[in-house]
Amino acid sequence: MLVKRDSERKLRGEDIPHREITDHGVYLNRRAFMTGAAALTLAPWGREASAQGNLQPLQAAKNPAYQVQDALTPYKSVTTYNNFYEFGTDKGDPAAHGASLKTRPWTVQVDGLCAKPKTFDIEELLKFPLEDRVYRLRCVEAWSMIIPWIGFPLSALLKRVEPTGQAKYVEFTTLVNPGMFPGQKRGLFGFSLDWPYTEGLRLDEAMHPLTLVTVGLYGQVLPNPNGAPIRVIVPWKYGFKSAKSLVHMRLTAEEPKTSWNKAAANEYGFYSNVNPQVSHPRWSQATERRIGELRRRDTLMFNGYADQVASLYTGMDLKKFY
Amino acid sequence: MSYRVRIALKAAVWIGSLWPLGVLVRAFMSDDLGANPIEYVTRTLGLTALVLILTSLGMTPLRALFGWSWPIQLRRLLGLLAFFYVCLHFAVWIGIDHFFAWRRMWEDVLKRPFITVGMLALLLLIPLAATSTSGMIKRLGGANWRLLHKLVYVIGTLGVLHFLWLAKKGRTTPFYFAIALAVVLGVRAWDWGRKKLARRAGPTTEPSPPLGERAG
Repeated sequence: MLVKRDSERKLRGEDIPHREITDHGVYLNRRAFMTGAAALTLAPWGREASAQGNLQPLQAAKNPAYQVQDALTPYKSVTTYNNFYEFGTDKGDPAAHGASLKTRPWTVQVDGLCAKPKTFDIEELLKFPLEDRVYRLRCVEAWSMIIPWIGFPLSALLKRVEPTGQAKYVEFTTLVNPGMFPGQKRGLFGFSLDWPYTEGLRLDEAMHPLTLVTVGLYGQVLPNPNGAPIRVIVPWKYGFKSAKSLVHMRLTAEEPKTSWNKAAANEYGFYSNVNPQVSHPRWSQATERRIGELRRRDTLMFNGYADQVASLYTGMDLKKFY
Repeated sequence: MSYRVRIALKAAVWIGSLWPLGVLVRAFMSDDLGANPIEYVTRTLGLTALVLILTSLGMTPLRALFGWSWPIQLRRLLGLLAFFYVCLHFAVWIGIDHFFAWRRMWEDVLKRPFITVGMLALLLLIPLAATSTSGMIKRLGGANWRLLHKLVYVIGTLGVLHFLWLAKKGRTTPFYFAIALAVVLGVRAWDWGRKKLARRAGPTTEPSPPLGERAG
């Protein structure tokens, strides 16, 4: 017993002498100092963030249970390098065209197999108790980031609408509006994704405490390139599962059709859990490049969240249900 | 074409071809390579190599279409510069992207078709670069040398496949390269067919050209 308790203590980092632990705020300030951006400001990321435009700050309580200790990916990388095909297929497109998205007025319809379907206004959603959580993000293209998100558990939202016993899945739908999303206009070769972008989770995945309705990052509301004003973050799955700019969540009995699965079923499965042992057909998933680092890292099972989520998939062949 | 014009053309090819490398070096110095510098550098080097290969393939069709023969003189330089970029592209992949993880890279070469064809294109470029000197042309003999250098059609095709197969659905750039390849190979096929027809019809209208001149 003693041994087990000791290993648990180690897992929590309790065996590390306190003097060796850098206070998170001090650590963040030091990072800011090193980038030369905000040596004197007390808000750890305020200056850097506001350089990207005046985004509304968000008050959120740090949830100590969900704080990855790795160095944060710089704000600039987080907001200028990502996939959001609604803005275009290049990873620079979301930042280049993000300004065309208007995030007010905005509502999210939550319906389907539930007792109390409801359309939430974005302001109402921002009043949920917000948490600051630092998660790993692993893209299916084998790069990764460490991002301080702000949001609240999806379970809190779903409980409000009271899913019925038949509800087994949740489908997420992104806004369709080619005026705001230039990537939704028909291209020259006419074959981007089918719009709207849809994603889905099994209900138990959706209710898992890690699954976060996300409204902000780095202490501010979500920037447009990152899926403003509201998205979901599912940190143990490849990034494309975390649908952006959501307008609809629907509880269903059937597994929802998902956009990338429809586009290339052999490459992108419904589950798409981060798994170093199951390759993408065209590249290996065993390693990843953490943005800002030179050497590749080994990819972790379930993106490092195996302790929390592996039990969701007990008895499942993860090679078959990729 | 005068000596001066030829020098000017070659200088233009040198400058134009090395420009992307200069841009990369400058961006590296000013820490401006973006969020994922290794991916950006690899992609830029590969893209430039492919542009140069297709450009070198485009020189002969200009003669067929417009009767210009001066572009032919730029083929060797374009080909060698393409080889230079392919080598850089490969070196970054080995030395920086995968940091000499040989086993993992070898697995990728065997298992990932886009890497397999890319590797094949690189290997096929080596004999072409090695036989690019005038001395080698003499040693091999013109006919053998021309036959060997027909490999560039295969290399161009493999390069475009490499790009098509690595790109995600929705990316359009690889298709522009595929179209360019189809055009430069298509003009050759058309020209070859046209000459063959002319030759077949030849004896009835004009005397056949001496054998030695035909090979041109």
